[in-house]
Amino acid sequence: MWNKEIETMQRKDMQALQTARLFETVKRVYDNVPFYRKRLDDAGVCPDNIKTLDDLQRIPFTVKDDLRDNYPFGLFAAPMKDIVRIHASSGTTGKPTTVGYTRGDLEMWSECVARIAAMAGANENDIAQIAFGYGLFTGAFGLHYGLEKIGAAIIPMSSGNTEKQAMIMQDYGSTVLVSTPSYALYMSEVLQEQGIKKSDIKLRIGLFGAEGSTEEMRCQLENRWGIIATENYGMSELIGPGVSGECTHKSGMHINEDFFIPEIIDSKTGEVLPWGEKGELVITTISKQGIPLLRYRTKDITYLIPDQCKCGRTLLRMAKIQGRSDDMLIIRGVNVFPSQVESVLLDIPHISPHYQLEVGRNGFVDTLKVMVELEDSSLLDSFSKLEQLEKTIKHKLHTVLGLDAKIHLAEPKTIERSMGKAKRVIDLR
Amino acid sequence: MLIKQISIFIENKSGRLAEITKLFGEKGVNILALSIADTTDFGILRLIVSDADKAEKAVKESGLTAKVTEVIGVSISHTPGGLAKALSVLHQNGISIEYMYAFATRSEQDAMVILRVKDNFAAIKHLTDAGISILRKEDLAELF
Repeated sequence: MWNKEIETMQRKDMQALQTARLFETVKRVYDNVPFYRKRLDDAGVCPDNIKTLDDLQRIPFTVKDDLRDNYPFGLFAAPMKDIVRIHASSGTTGKPTTVGYTRGDLEMWSECVARIAAMAGANENDIAQIAFGYGLFTGAFGLHYGLEKIGAAIIPMSSGNTEKQAMIMQDYGSTVLVSTPSYALYMSEVLQEQGIKKSDIKLRIGLFGAEGSTEEMRCQLENRWGIIATENYGMSELIGPGVSGECTHKSGMHINEDFFIPEIIDSKTGEVLPWGEKGELVITTISKQGIPLLRYRTKDITYLIPDQCKCGRTLLRMAKIQGRSDDMLIIRGVNVFPSQVESVLLDIPHISPHYQLEVGRNGFVDTLKVMVELEDSSLLDSFSKLEQLEKTIKHKLHTVLGLDAKIHLAEPKTIERSMGKAKRVIDLR
Repeated sequence: MLIKQISIFIENKSGRLAEITKLFGEKGVNILALSIADTTDFGILRLIVSDADKAEKAVKESGLTAKVTEVIGVSISHTPGGLAKALSVLHQNGISIEYMYAFATRSEQDAMVILRVKDNFAAIKHLTDAGISILRKEDLAELF
């Protein structure tokens, strides 16, 4: 155990710690973030009202739109001189959701990931190959610093270039793989194609995240690689990866409760549900300085598991993510909202406002096909203009989503029309 | 001097060509020549028909994206080198061809070529100057 004191803390001690940190956080945002001051004033809550954990329920929710409305730095609770890192994730309108970290936040983040890596069985002898993309996204950096903290040797591979990944894995003897579950599956296929056998590699642990996966997927991963495949959870708004993760018993992800207070709500009514009931996960960050969030609605559906785990940790566990309460898709680990695609398509002349997204899987890699109707006949004169239109759509989608989509030009009125809520997405995965 | 061509956007789906040609049959539209440019997903069907405006109305009513454009029809001698002569005239004058397609007629002497270029009038001038005959609308009517 990386931090036995915290990870096995008795419930009442944890609650006392959480209550104290919650008060500090509410005070911090009330004093430093005009948005929160107004939000709390409007709700009739001042920091001094926060005396017990139950008082949390008096605080209004924060949603992704609040981050967007205050883009880029409006919700920062620390001055820029204290911010040492900025990350972002894709937002609903093409503007990324932007977060800032103080030095203390980075330390806290590393601590979170160190615990998760340790509970999955990683230690200072490991060689960790990080196959998340390094960049604005939090995935790679989060795992990087956390694994470094426990003393593992980091190979900052970044994503892509699978043949090279395979070569490095074999030559360097990587023992830990960090990636999305789907990329890990794809990588295993590439290894197989290259004639690399399980016995040729030293991999023993998979730390998978950034997208949901099923138990079937885990079985596949464990069988193909001969590893323990663990899952972890997080999102950039909250810190990045490291909010929770599985221990080797793989029965729910332990939440780093000293930093994050989880709640489960009914996503329609906002009512808080008891532990064990399924609903939307809401997280309050209670030690973050750069951009603390109160009762952030993750839109992820899960439930909390209060019983003590066989591993001895007392930290609450959350079940695998069971779905989303909004229409967000996760494609190759990237968050995609149909509304993002829509805003791109509606700006492009010559096509109708009707579209459909087809998400599929080729082998183990997610694919995105965007179907649009060609409406304007002026391009028919020249084939190259039509191809140019396809390229333009593809390029603009790539700019906003960071993903390559296949564009399918369809005849007018061939995309299914709906009387009610349009069926924009066909997920074949 | 220009003749009308109809271009229709179609998806690469089995049966599409049969449906469109059937539609023309029902409307009494006769097809003289056609060409298809395609990718794996979609294609542009281009046709020279007896009544391009009628054809356009019919396909648009059936919900397709279609457009009538003017193209050049060239009558060339049905002998080896006939086409090369016309094309080198265009090349020498810096006129590039966006697309073309050819068709034979009942006449044994001549073959017909449909050309799409950026500047129709320049092309016609240079071809005529070189003694190549350009198809007129009236000539076209006789071919049906």
